[in-house]
Amino acid sequence: MQLGFTDEEIAFRGEVRHFLGSALSEEARRKLREGRRLGKEELVAWTRILHARGWAVPHWPLEWGGTGWDPIRQMIFRDEVQQFPAPETLSFGTSMVGPVIYTFGSRAQKERFLPRIARLDDWWCQGFSEPGAGSDLASLKTRAVRDGDHYVVNGQKAWTTLAQHADWIFVLARTDPSARKQNGISFLLVDMTTPGVTVRPVETIDGGFEINEVFFEDVRVPAENLVGEENKGWDYAKFLLGNERNGQARVGLSKARARRIRDLATAPCDAGEPRMADPVFRRRLAALEVEIKALEMTQLRVIAAERGRGEGKPDPASSILKIRGSELQQATTELLMDLIGPAALVRHADEGPQGHDWARGGASTYFNLRKLSIYGGSNEIQRTIIAKAILGL
Amino acid sequence: MNFEFSEEQNLLKDSVDRAFAKSYGFERRMQVLGSAPGWSREAWTQMADLGLLGLPFAAGDGGFDGGPVETMIVMEAIGRALALEPYAQTVVLAGAVLRHGASAALRAHLVPQVAEGRLVLAFAHGETQARWALSDVATRAVRVDGGYRLTGRKVLVVAGGIADRLVVSARTAGGRTEAQGIGLFLVDPASAGVSVTAYATHDGRRAADIGLDDVFVADADVIGDPAGAFPVIARAVGEAIAALCAEAVGAMDEALAMTVDYLKTRTQFGVTIGSFQALQHRAADMFVALEQARSMALYAVMSVAEPDAVRRAAALSAAKVQIGISGRFIGQQAIQLHGGIGMTMEYKVGHLFKRLTMIDKEFGDVDHHLACLGEGPGLLEAS
Repeated sequence: MQLGFTDEEIAFRGEVRHFLGSALSEEARRKLREGRRLGKEELVAWTRILHARGWAVPHWPLEWGGTGWDPIRQMIFRDEVQQFPAPETLSFGTSMVGPVIYTFGSRAQKERFLPRIARLDDWWCQGFSEPGAGSDLASLKTRAVRDGDHYVVNGQKAWTTLAQHADWIFVLARTDPSARKQNGISFLLVDMTTPGVTVRPVETIDGGFEINEVFFEDVRVPAENLVGEENKGWDYAKFLLGNERNGQARVGLSKARARRIRDLATAPCDAGEPRMADPVFRRRLAALEVEIKALEMTQLRVIAAERGRGEGKPDPASSILKIRGSELQQATTELLMDLIGPAALVRHADEGPQGHDWARGGASTYFNLRKLSIYGGSNEIQRTIIAKAILGL
Repeated sequence: MNFEFSEEQNLLKDSVDRAFAKSYGFERRMQVLGSAPGWSREAWTQMADLGLLGLPFAAGDGGFDGGPVETMIVMEAIGRALALEPYAQTVVLAGAVLRHGASAALRAHLVPQVAEGRLVLAFAHGETQARWALSDVATRAVRVDGGYRLTGRKVLVVAGGIADRLVVSARTAGGRTEAQGIGLFLVDPASAGVSVTAYATHDGRRAADIGLDDVFVADADVIGDPAGAFPVIARAVGEAIAALCAEAVGAMDEALAMTVDYLKTRTQFGVTIGSFQALQHRAADMFVALEQARSMALYAVMSVAEPDAVRRAAALSAAKVQIGISGRFIGQQAIQLHGGIGMTMEYKVGHLFKRLTMIDKEFGDVDHHLACLGEGPGLLEAS
């Protein structure tokens, strides 16, 4: 056992932190700290800076721009980015479709798409869920019918995050309607500018626009944009979802938020007393900190064990990371909202009474993050994975 | 960062697990529980033969140079088997006092006896008014010619009724709750002025209240600085907390394994009850609670040697909180999912539940440690 980080790992953490400090604008950092979203241009600019440093896609193979870091270093990097906080790269490209393409795609697809994903030249979104296919994803109805050199796609995708910015969408579509549910699905890469693709934004309860409906009406997709084999798309989707689960603990974000809560609650607020003077509040914060520390340790254990596993063979224990990671992000935003108190009423961050700059709009994040226990395999699905794959029930 | 056991640690784990599986099954445990002394000399001797009783002590003192990971391995097995022998009291807790506080001469005298199973020790520290405040010591030690005279009352001393020697904390200076001014004294319970009142605890062990009425302790039996022992007490209790966390993980692991087994075999409505999603998800939540506890037991192991006392205390408080929360949840759900059989003394799962409940009540429960953490600088400072 080597409990605790090695000297090299600690030095690496310092190197990452130093880079973030020198490369990220103070404005972007402040926005993220306050829970506000960056615009597309800001994320593109940051991705280019990371790319120039060679750190845009650390977990990818060296050949396609990866760093060769082991899973512990990758985790340290993610953790530092999250708690700095610095922007995370667009996961739909770097963590979802990127690994599918470099694992299952053709040479031509790799050369065409991977460099553009790494630089965020192409903005990708995920076309998996449908109005009638959520947790039961394999019941999806979008169809792709082969017609010469093309597939003709018809159907509708739902909950498509940031599709309004997207240049490309990766789509699960049914290519063999006669096959058993999971067997007739293919994985297609679709240019969003293709005629017949329309995007309808859907406002979320926090007042934000990040999810969309995407409609496909006789969309002609070149057959060369099929990933891997026809009707094998479910295998690639499972691979993608397994990778996704690992990235969802996002302990760094919860750590940073808990630290911010402690800082804010230690300063005197307008009523005079700091909130930390209240033992009930102190207890709530302490309990959250314990849970975050426990998740951080569990993540380290899962990742340390990953070194012995092949990529794309997710540890079912990573379902713990999804469940607790989402719950703790939600719990920290909830405590932050409670800390804010009456000023949480204000909807827009640039309005409301004076003296509450730090607090304005604070409930928005709380509303927004209710999504975390729903997406990426709902927490109920994760419990079923644990019950079946680990406990054998 | 690497959580895999070394080859030696794997060997230790194999031999410990095998030994407990072979000779400390539930029926045997119930026999020991029902016996007059309430623990097994035979099992104690076996632990000595396996080298477990000398494990954490330095080889130079007659031990085997084990560290907190080795202690964790043993305690997890003890937790799984619900073993009743005073390992945590003698080897871990009083052992840590000897390792960190005693002179070389005293260690040379005592450690071989502990390692060979000839000396049972108990740590007599808690007092009625203190609850879990570690520096709250009213028992007095007054300087006399050739030693000290101790007067006071120690309570809830686990293994206090069977110990050959007691490690007693007493105040030579300072106010009742001050850290400064506390000393540690090795007391023979047969000495004049010592009264021992033993009683059973809910988890099948025995504890005792120790009355000290002008008890003489010779200078040779003073452990370390008679006014500056608090850091030793804090370190030793820290190691005991880490060990209890490991014991709890063993007990939780066993409780979950038994529960999952039961869900797979018990049939109602013509199907195994494990086919019901409500119960599957409950079991999944138990698994999550177990793994979070395991993670924090490891965190405790990582933290026992932290030189900064404030950070160390915070880390151990955090571990104890997680163990308390997970232990309560897993214990309660193990009973619930077993149904009626879980309520009986005849079945192991109820005993696991009781032990887990009592572990929370040793060295500070969830409320106590959350309050400690609330006072501190926070657990998540930038690393």
